[in-house]
Amino acid sequence: MQSLTRNLILMLGWVTGIAAYAGAPVSADNPGLAALLAKIPDASYADKRVLVVKMVQTRDPRVHAVLRALLDDSLYVRTSDNHVFIGEADQDSIRLTDPLSSQAAGVVSTDSVSTIGVNNQLRKTLRVALAQFDLSDPAVDVRLAAVKEMLRALDADSQAVLRSRLAEEHDSAVRSQIQAGLALADLDSSDSSIRLAAVRALSRNLNPDVYNRLSIMVLKGSEGTYGEPEPAIRAAAQESLRVIERYRKFYAAVQTLIYGLSEGSVFVLVAIGLAITFGVMGVINMAHGELMMLGAYTTYVVQLLMPNHIGLSIVVAIPAAFVVSGAIGIAIERGIVRHLYGRPLETLLATFGVSLILQQAARDIFSANNRPVITPDWLAGSLQINDVLAITYNRLYIIIFTLALFLGLLAVLKRTRLGLDVRAVSQNREMARVMGVRTAWVDALTFGLGSGIAGIAGVALSQLTNVGPNLGQSYIVDSFMVVVFGGVGNLWGTEVSGNALGVVNKLLEPYTGAVLAKILVLVFLIFFIQRRPRGLFAQKGRNADG
Amino acid sequence: MPMVEGRVAELTPDRGGRRLLLLLAAVGVLMPCLNVLPGEGSMLHVSNYTMTLTAKYMSYGMLALAVDLIWGYCGIMSLGHGAFFALGGYAMGMYLMRQIGARGVYGNPLLPDFMVFLNWKELPWFWHGFESFPYAVAMVVLVPALLALVFGFLAFRSRVSGVYLSIITQALTYALMLAFFRNDMGFGGNNGFTDFKDIVGFNLQAAGTRVVLFVSTAVALGLSYVLCRYVIASRAGRVIMAIRDAESRARFLGYRVEYYKLWVFVLSAIIAGVAGALYVPQIGIINPSEFSPVNSIEIVIWVAIGGRGTLYGAVIGAFLVNLAKTYLTGAFPSVWLYGLGALFIGVTLFLQHGVVGVLGQWRRARLAGVP
Repeated sequence: MQSLTRNLILMLGWVTGIAAYAGAPVSADNPGLAALLAKIPDASYADKRVLVVKMVQTRDPRVHAVLRALLDDSLYVRTSDNHVFIGEADQDSIRLTDPLSSQAAGVVSTDSVSTIGVNNQLRKTLRVALAQFDLSDPAVDVRLAAVKEMLRALDADSQAVLRSRLAEEHDSAVRSQIQAGLALADLDSSDSSIRLAAVRALSRNLNPDVYNRLSIMVLKGSEGTYGEPEPAIRAAAQESLRVIERYRKFYAAVQTLIYGLSEGSVFVLVAIGLAITFGVMGVINMAHGELMMLGAYTTYVVQLLMPNHIGLSIVVAIPAAFVVSGAIGIAIERGIVRHLYGRPLETLLATFGVSLILQQAARDIFSANNRPVITPDWLAGSLQINDVLAITYNRLYIIIFTLALFLGLLAVLKRTRLGLDVRAVSQNREMARVMGVRTAWVDALTFGLGSGIAGIAGVALSQLTNVGPNLGQSYIVDSFMVVVFGGVGNLWGTEVSGNALGVVNKLLEPYTGAVLAKILVLVFLIFFIQRRPRGLFAQKGRNADG
Repeated sequence: MPMVEGRVAELTPDRGGRRLLLLLAAVGVLMPCLNVLPGEGSMLHVSNYTMTLTAKYMSYGMLALAVDLIWGYCGIMSLGHGAFFALGGYAMGMYLMRQIGARGVYGNPLLPDFMVFLNWKELPWFWHGFESFPYAVAMVVLVPALLALVFGFLAFRSRVSGVYLSIITQALTYALMLAFFRNDMGFGGNNGFTDFKDIVGFNLQAAGTRVVLFVSTAVALGLSYVLCRYVIASRAGRVIMAIRDAESRARFLGYRVEYYKLWVFVLSAIIAGVAGALYVPQIGIINPSEFSPVNSIEIVIWVAIGGRGTLYGAVIGAFLVNLAKTYLTGAFPSVWLYGLGALFIGVTLFLQHGVVGVLGQWRRARLAGVP
């Protein structure tokens, strides 16, 4: 009988508490927080639940900290004067804070205070009470987390709180979360019309819980009965499931596309520097991968030099890598490649020698082990678009970054004097020379540009893969295939073919696994090049013959 | 049609080749004798290690011959010839695995250890027949030949040439490497095959078996050399060289360029496959790293260092580079890659005709009376 009254008081308390949230003034018969706190040390668990509800009713902002502390077992009572404190345990001493004044109240030993105990029922009350606090928090994520917390253990009380919150909630994500949660609860209702309404309300909800719950409703159990007895509701649930599945398929396709584009962007990234050196100049640079490796190591060194500004380090590393790889590239061109123009196969062998030397140099300088490159915070995490579609930021950034790099390179080639010279020399070396273009100088700069771009690609790769001496080697076949597939001498071809290969790879992966998908793509490329040796977008005209 | 083969052979006296064959015969006879006859402590004793190493170099020499045949004489630079070598090796490896029988760790009479480990219940279809030695030998020849035939037919028919061909051959060996690394392919995944016991009933560790394998490798290298030489000196060889020098002109003269290329490409793949099959029982292991593109590029550098387009130069190059590799990776492990890298650069920049070319220059200089 006593417990029943207590529960009644509790229920009443919730409702008035909600009323208080809705803007009712603090009533005079509401005892202050200080008085309630004073009662806590001697209260039974059941009494504490009543006290908690009353504290919420005070609408005192200090209550949140008290409840949080109580839940965390860090609300203490001082044995000497029965005063309540929030404490922070520190080995064998406890730093006390007065919850009313928020002032530090000294450090005491563990035996001069005792923890205020909680049981599971009280914890549940506390969680709901705290979530209720958070429900009115100005930050959307806090509200969303609070709703999710409340939905974990939904009872009549918390349902009432959520329904009242729904009336004043403006954020669509929070609203849909509340609606889904409430509709899920309604599915357990004994009233078939409420169940039917709930099923209909859930028809566009992508929450996995909703999907599972609806699936159970239409599933035939072992005794031949369905999860849902009413055939009409079952049909509605089936229909809702169908709609949800359609949405899921759509979002899965969007996700595959975006993942494919991001993988394709990696292909473009590793190939775009080569599209200059191989595509425009016709030089087979087997050290291209190692120039990317240099870019990745540059990122590592930049992070070592500025350990306190990791977020900025990537931005600094981009020009640094361009300069480092570009300089090495110019050295390769001046030292080796220029003696071998017109002998592509020899160039291939000589630059492969360069790649071996660079790899071993990296191994000697940085050791054979992979070096840790830190991912800055702004690159971590993911963008949650809805319950079934989340895209990690690094995938998103790689797409944007590659696109920017591509457009920048295109602008350099089409809009600058250097670009004009590069195109002139690649189209007709003799004529360009006659017109006063310093072809040797242009060759060196073009090679430097392609190498520098490889360095920038290396900065991006340092965020995606292990930075070690073998980083470049693993991309060399891919990068050549992308350039040849796109059509040699065609930047657009490289962009399109890289992304196409990425998407195809991701489309195949669910059926074949990653390695077999890669093999199939390679085999496809081998056949494709045999059908169209000049690639997707072949150069036309008299200088087309390579 | 006049019989010109004999005259062509006369017209191109091949002193280097004859010396190579003599040297090969000497090594093929002396080394096994010195391995078996003198005792362990004797000055003249050749250790098993040295003999295995020499056998390895000889199979590499065959591989270099195969590459020189197509690159030196037909202008096809294959960056995937390691794939044919590895395929021949795998075919031999499959035979050797079946010979282990119930002596494996798991003692399964039918399935090799790795299949038992993967919980396979029966032998995959492509493993059937490999218990027979003649069948395995046929596969050593047929598998690389078939791959070369299909790949070459498609490539040469659509006139893929130069660096494009090099790049797709590289992609071919890369794709095969990825495939052989997969456990469910049924080729032992990244561990490949090892722990071989015997070949046609003879223990692989026995001195007699080693000698026979060593001599067979020497003979195979010699025969491959003679075969390549014969092909080059034949009428078809002339056409092949014409294709190398002016492909379009050869086509306009009415030669079916793609068939000549295909034919010589397949022959080259078979020589590479046989080299792989001789390599595996003596070295005792085959794994997917043999397919790695770097290996294939290395073969090309052997040929370039020895002297492209001379055949015997390719064999010399394979021996020299691998001797240096064995010595340097043992003595100064980190120097080896610098050395190899410098070799790649130096040979292409300064030694266009390889070691053989340098030797030839010296000889000509001496004949001309220059001190």
